[in-house]
Amino acid sequence: MKFTVPIIIFGVLVVFLGIGLRLDPRLLPSPLIDRTAPEFHLSQLDEPSRTFSPTELRGQVWLLNTWASWCVSCRQEHPLLLALARSGTVPIYGLNYKDNRSDALQWLKNMGNPYVINVQDSNGRVGMDYGVYGVPETYLIDKTGVIRFKQIGPLNVETLEKTVMPLVRSLNS
Amino acid sequence: MPDVPSIGQLSLIIALCVAAVQASIPIVGAARNRQSWIAAAVPLAQWQFIFVALAFLSLAYCFVTNDFSVLNVARNSNSELPLNYRLAATWGSHEGSILLWVFILAFWTAAVSVFTRHLERVVVARVLGVMGFISVGFLLFIQITSNPFTRLLPVPADGNDLNSLLQDPGMVVHPPMLYMGYVGFSVAFAFAVAALAGNRLDAAWARWSRPWTLAAWTFLTCGIALGSYWSYYVQGWGGWWFWDPVENASFMPWLAGTALIHSLAVTEKRGAFKAWTVLLAIASFSLSLLGTFLVRSGVLTSVHAFATDPKRGIFILCFLAIVIGGSLLLYAWRARTMSAGASFAPISRESLLLSNNVLLAAAAASVLLGTMYPLIIDALNLGKLSVGPPYFNSVFVAIMTPAIFLLGVGPIARWKKAELPELARRLRWAFAVSVIAGLSIPFVVEWKPLISLGLTLSIWIVSTAIVSFADKFKAAGARSILQRIRTVPRNYYGMQLAHIGVAVTIAGITLVTGYEVQQDLRLNVGDSTEIGGYRFDFHGVAFAGGPNYDAIRAEIDVFQNGKQILRMYPERRTYHASGNDMKSAAIDSGVFRDLFVALGDPIEGTDAWSFRIQYKPFVDWIWAGALFMAIGGALAFSDRRYNPAAKSIGLREAA
Repeated sequence: MKFTVPIIIFGVLVVFLGIGLRLDPRLLPSPLIDRTAPEFHLSQLDEPSRTFSPTELRGQVWLLNTWASWCVSCRQEHPLLLALARSGTVPIYGLNYKDNRSDALQWLKNMGNPYVINVQDSNGRVGMDYGVYGVPETYLIDKTGVIRFKQIGPLNVETLEKTVMPLVRSLNS
Repeated sequence: MPDVPSIGQLSLIIALCVAAVQASIPIVGAARNRQSWIAAAVPLAQWQFIFVALAFLSLAYCFVTNDFSVLNVARNSNSELPLNYRLAATWGSHEGSILLWVFILAFWTAAVSVFTRHLERVVVARVLGVMGFISVGFLLFIQITSNPFTRLLPVPADGNDLNSLLQDPGMVVHPPMLYMGYVGFSVAFAFAVAALAGNRLDAAWARWSRPWTLAAWTFLTCGIALGSYWSYYVQGWGGWWFWDPVENASFMPWLAGTALIHSLAVTEKRGAFKAWTVLLAIASFSLSLLGTFLVRSGVLTSVHAFATDPKRGIFILCFLAIVIGGSLLLYAWRARTMSAGASFAPISRESLLLSNNVLLAAAAASVLLGTMYPLIIDALNLGKLSVGPPYFNSVFVAIMTPAIFLLGVGPIARWKKAELPELARRLRWAFAVSVIAGLSIPFVVEWKPLISLGLTLSIWIVSTAIVSFADKFKAAGARSILQRIRTVPRNYYGMQLAHIGVAVTIAGITLVTGYEVQQDLRLNVGDSTEIGGYRFDFHGVAFAGGPNYDAIRAEIDVFQNGKQILRMYPERRTYHASGNDMKSAAIDSGVFRDLFVALGDPIEGTDAWSFRIQYKPFVDWIWAGALFMAIGGALAFSDRRYNPAAKSIGLREAA
């Protein structure tokens, strides 16, 4: 009987591996959640002589949205960001990731600009600090500069209403 | 010019056909006792090797000649890439690394076909048949999901470049070494399955498996150490082990393989724990296959996972189920009928080795559990979590402490039955020295419990080795020292050297973890800082470049006791083709410490830069110990008993 133990253990392992294959590893939570948002100083997209740093926003709840003009999913997400910006519930700051400045500016002109400030991360170095897998990604950062939520991929109405907005309200109160 | 990619493609298809015949004819022949079918095994194995080698060389040729009509080349190479990295790029992609896997499997298969002339033909036929079956699986995998020769039209002008992290001399040798180890366990696996199939698990089987297992283990040891060294100096943050799923995937077979080496020794010498040894032989290779699955399917997220194609995962999983499941079924069926072997007392070398084996297996199982746990929890819908170094470190220390204690006692205990009082008498000095030294040495710097524990274990290994050497020389009789040294078999030297390697690695891990100093800081030009008794002066940055990258290079002068001892140049590189940005740390290596300086980011608006400066005492001992283990493995491998010329004598003895 004891000689069948290895095959039984292996069988259980195979079942879990099989289920594991159907899960999306990209849904893993970011290790940055509940950590301080990585610091950066980057020049602003529309006025490169001025810089922006997350420390300037201490005391505010805000969203950091990574995007790029070459990103297709960003177009899908964009109307939602515009609506969110119009509602005035939470300010959105943009991290223009691995993009070309003129392309990015043209894109904003065509599509509308939901961002308070955009910064250029042309070589993706800051994106790397934030663990960006691919654009778009969105971070919710609280008054003390701590990341409270991360969305990988485009935002949608459901997560916005069920997760992001309640979180923004509770962090603001 | 010949159409090299097509030659490679065709060779792979022929190799698959040959492997399919190799996996069936010799095994059926062995079952039905048809001599001509049995005899086909050797030429089939060698032809398969030739065609796989041809395919591999074709791919290497495509990389060397910048043939961007091949998708794989266009994605992973670039005309500016230096030649050595173009060669390394052959195995830098998913498709290429699977081809390397098969190539190395074919290499081991061919080696088995050449170096087993003294073995019974029917055994060789079964072994080669099993290896052929594994080869069929991987060649099919290449054909169905991972063709390295897929063409690209229109042909691009230039390629995307090799991942800049992989552009490093270590990366040229690390994957082949690691795969030589991983895949090398397939030989022990094939021997075990062949022995189970033929119902002939005896001392001779253990003797045949031993040199192959030792060779694979030696390669794997080198491969893991190289990987760890690479992550230390390339990834730019000075860590040397992360318990990353990919690292774990190579570490689990190593632990099981280490247990297997010891267990094979007992089975050969004493005929004991046959069932356990067979299981370890199956487990070592199964863990290698599992590692391949984990890495290649992308089922676990990891810095290394570059393939996330569900088809690949499903294919490897089915193949795993057939190979591992099949061998374990055979095991469950045949192990019952095995004889128990020679008996031994509760205190004897056998029982000490068995206890150590169980501890090593438990260590492998705990790494497996830690690696799989996030997946299991996620699959049961209980949430998402990650298991990090705290789990692995604490479990490992707990398991390894008794294992290292037994490691010291094992070589001194007698086979069959040892007397506890006698053992205690022989080891009392070694014990006293290691405990006293381990407890007191840390006071030189700062006393910490884990440092004391680590040093005690490390000194225990060395002092018991000295006791064992002294005994061995006494037993060698009253001859000259040189003659005595020669009388002791290489096998024994190999074992002791590998054990001392463990001591060196433990000392390195203990001291660097306990006493390293790390500082992240910003330095203005002209600033200086003191770390670990050294002063670092920052002189500014300059532009520099390499064959396919531009770099910004900082100049740091290092002073000790007011005297300048060296100048260091940490760099940040930007690769032309990919635009990838990479830190290249400056490291000054020494026997007792490394100084490690990595250049961070410029601070906007000033001429200051951020730096990470580290003082890492004894860090190189970690890899020096691994090197000792590998040399020990190679020494044991070269022992006369495995030498084919000496084998006829050995076989008669065993018979």
